[in-house]
Amino acid sequence: MTPKPVSDLARRLEQGLFTVTAEVTLPDSIEKNALVESAKMLEPYCDAINIPDSTGAVPHFSNIAAAAILIENDMEPIIQFSCRDRNRIAVQADVIGAHAIGIRNIFCVTGDGVQTGDHPEAKPVFDLDSVTLLTTINHLKTRGKFLSGRELDAKPNLYLGAAVNPFVPPFEERALRVLKKHKAGASFFQTQYCFDIERFKSFLDRLLGLTKGTPPPLLVGVGPLKSARFARWLRENVPGVAVPDYVIEKIEKYPRKEQQKAGVEACIEIVDAVKALTGVAGIHVMAYKWESSVPEIVEATGLSKPERDN
Amino acid sequence: MNKVRSLETTYLFCLKVLSGIIPVLGNKRPFIWFMVTSEKALKKPLFGCQMCGQCILHSTGMVCPMGCPKTLRNGPCGGVRNDGSCEIKPNMKCVWVRAWNNSHQMAVFYESIQEIQPQLDHSLSGTSAWINELGTKNDS
Repeated sequence: MTPKPVSDLARRLEQGLFTVTAEVTLPDSIEKNALVESAKMLEPYCDAINIPDSTGAVPHFSNIAAAAILIENDMEPIIQFSCRDRNRIAVQADVIGAHAIGIRNIFCVTGDGVQTGDHPEAKPVFDLDSVTLLTTINHLKTRGKFLSGRELDAKPNLYLGAAVNPFVPPFEERALRVLKKHKAGASFFQTQYCFDIERFKSFLDRLLGLTKGTPPPLLVGVGPLKSARFARWLRENVPGVAVPDYVIEKIEKYPRKEQQKAGVEACIEIVDAVKALTGVAGIHVMAYKWESSVPEIVEATGLSKPERDN
Repeated sequence: MNKVRSLETTYLFCLKVLSGIIPVLGNKRPFIWFMVTSEKALKKPLFGCQMCGQCILHSTGMVCPMGCPKTLRNGPCGGVRNDGSCEIKPNMKCVWVRAWNNSHQMAVFYESIQEIQPQLDHSLSGTSAWINELGTKNDS
């Protein structure tokens, strides 16, 4: 008998159902409401919600607390863990605590350097890297033991994910990186923002070749650009986001007031272009501080919940 | 022969010589001192060595991964700039872009960059990587 999937996300991806995940913007709020409101906007349209880990090296609402609040409200979180703020002791402690709350999906990333954020004077941790973060959590998961060998009372049920960025150098290495992370314990992958479809296709071809046509589930990261100005800001200030000039120019053709609409349309075009590709298991929508754009993107691409399961 | 190839050949030569010596002398204090001093003196100017004590240069195109501002040992992060420079230090080429390019020039270890490297043991910082690699670790 095959074991029961550990989460709904795992079930969908294991069954090969097209999956939509979305990232919630964590508020700088000391109450639950703001987070619940943003997440509820996403929930009807996606299967699980990514909770970033003080993304951009800017402190936001705690990821574990945010996941607990989502679970309280019957939503499934994918909690992101970065290597920037936690050493191996904190990682292992947080993983088992998160498991006790009901968190099952953990997404492992390197994390942005502290210089990116608003506390550049902070001490960066990076005791682990994204791969050893995976091997560390996978060690807990498969052996039920800490790295030191000390035993837990049971093995945690976890579904581990990892990031891949096909849009930055070294381009030829990126597909191999998926294999390395898969070997380290990652069961699913989400990409950085995809704006360059040709670049994505060449990455995917290489990945399909390396895995003999059966890559691990891969969700393509997409997101709407609010304006040409925002696109430039994103490209210059968020590490690893590659927005080609032609994408910005396409939005810039419109007057400021119409650029939002053009940005959503450009995002819809990208989703339409990638959703049918072999090797794409779903999409991951990152609408930074703009959750209200997600319904339109999902519906216009025929990916609303009833439609995509038919 | 190019620089990467020469460094690889030097590594293989040292490996051969030291495989014979370290099991015999690896726990003798003067020899440990000699190894630590010479590793510092040679690897620092050549690779920017930080004496992590767990050298994996031959798996990373003879580029020291500890030069990465995030000290990543398993490949590049997702923040590499479009021109191949570092997310944190824009004037520096990404260590892993260099490592990736160099690894193709190697004769023996060209695929080692794909191996999973274990998490760093910080308690070995400042010790001899060669002795850690080739000696029995309990001896030191």
